[in-house]
Amino acid sequence: MLTLLGVAVIVLGFALRFNPLLVVIAAALTSGVAAGLTPLEVLAAFGKAFNTNRYVSVAWLVLPAIGVLERAGLKEQARKTIQSLRAATPGRILLAYLALRQVAAALGLTQVAGQAQTVRPLLAPMAEAAAEPLDDETRQRVRAMSAATDNVGLFFGEDIFLAIGSILLIVGFLDQSGITVEPLALSVWALPTAIAAFLIHGGRLLLFDRGLTKAEVQE
Amino acid sequence: MIGLPLVYLLAGLMFAAFAGLSAADRENGKRFGNAAFWGLFAVSFLAGDRLGDLGNGILALALALIAGTGQLGVGAPKTTSPETRETLAATYGAKLFAPALVIPVLVLAGSLTLKRLSLHGAPLVDPKQATLISLAFAALVAAILAQLMFRQPAAASVQEGRRLMDLVGWAALLPQMLAALGAVFAIAGVGKTIGEIAVQITPVDSRFAAVAAYCLGMAAFTVMMGNAFAAFPVMTGGIALPLVVGRFHGDPAVVCAIGMLSGFCGTLLTPLAANFNLVPAALLQLKDRYAVIRAQAPTAVLMLIVNVVLMNALAFHR
Repeated sequence: MLTLLGVAVIVLGFALRFNPLLVVIAAALTSGVAAGLTPLEVLAAFGKAFNTNRYVSVAWLVLPAIGVLERAGLKEQARKTIQSLRAATPGRILLAYLALRQVAAALGLTQVAGQAQTVRPLLAPMAEAAAEPLDDETRQRVRAMSAATDNVGLFFGEDIFLAIGSILLIVGFLDQSGITVEPLALSVWALPTAIAAFLIHGGRLLLFDRGLTKAEVQE
Repeated sequence: MIGLPLVYLLAGLMFAAFAGLSAADRENGKRFGNAAFWGLFAVSFLAGDRLGDLGNGILALALALIAGTGQLGVGAPKTTSPETRETLAATYGAKLFAPALVIPVLVLAGSLTLKRLSLHGAPLVDPKQATLISLAFAALVAAILAQLMFRQPAAASVQEGRRLMDLVGWAALLPQMLAALGAVFAIAGVGKTIGEIAVQITPVDSRFAAVAAYCLGMAAFTVMMGNAFAAFPVMTGGIALPLVVGRFHGDPAVVCAIGMLSGFCGTLLTPLAANFNLVPAALLQLKDRYAVIRAQAPTAVLMLIVNVVLMNALAFHR
């Protein structure tokens, strides 16, 4: 039971907004020591896993390309493209992106878009441009909704693909428990949730537009 | 064979360049903090396998201490002004999208074809890492292409990469740190303990209650661990298989598929899923670290309810 103190450290540390890197190490030490390891053993176990998980940070390799493009005016071009479309609203742009992201993820193309390579240089500037003129607070909301839409599209699309990690995990786990299921049977049952996610988040995006219009009218 | 070591070498060189340029950046009052932070990250990529477990642990601790004691600033490499960017956008127009689209196209092409290439019968590329290698290659090509097409200075890609990296700051390291925390939690048996508690408080007498307990448990456990994959074996082994499938005869395919998706609702709600929820807030320069989670919360909660209803409606054929 004492090992759960590590979870408590995480919850408190994040809620009180301490630096998350320190919170993570403190949580690891707390749970590890509670489980009977020495602090040095915990640090070694942490270091080992830190080293094997370096691939998680490889995604940062896209930043130089995105940076050069921003330097050459990519964000400005994204805005111009949207401003030439009369019918564009933030909600409609994000709705179209949600559909694309879900379909691409369902085909297994989870890495073709992402927060660094798509949302920052393209999607967020486009959604902002469609909302203009906008105050700073609204700009922040539009950006946050852009990032959120990328996540929702990815999460509720990828499980339709047969060979995605989560499907393989389920197949392997059930196999160990003596139950055989085909990946196809699992991905079929991801469809109802995917459709519901599109309707619910899509509906929120259209309502998001209404909220923005009201704010402008009030000013 | 081309595998992760080459990708790590590339990443290590990039972070080493960020460190060198940070140290020389007199505009940044905390330039040595930045240099030390990105420099240690470079060491991890270049020499991590030779440091030993404790060495890597000390390295991770040093990174956390640099960030946690406020030694990280934001570098200010010379970049183009907003006016220049407007002019450049007018000059190059839609061509600017081309290198940005090269990234997904090459990732797609690479992940489909690289696995099949072979040289003298040996695979040219590590098949398990095809997507990651494609991503690194695509990023490199896009950076060079952008530099040539839009006549940017030679140092532009590294300096601009550093500009963006400094904006992300410590959040860049958080996903990897959390993955390491997950491993320590696994050794300490944290997941197992939470699973046992969940099983004890799960009502066993009604079908709907068991379904709801499994879906909500998947979401709650994922919020605490930051990862639905960690929650799945514990909650499925503890609640879904004995109760929902065993006692109430639910279809295991439906139960597990929707159970995993209930976990994803938790992922949308937790700061521990840093690469999805906290890193974008840094990349988009949001004032509230948790703004992306707030934007996702209504969707996540509604989807969790939908998942409970769907599982209850679809998993029981009789």
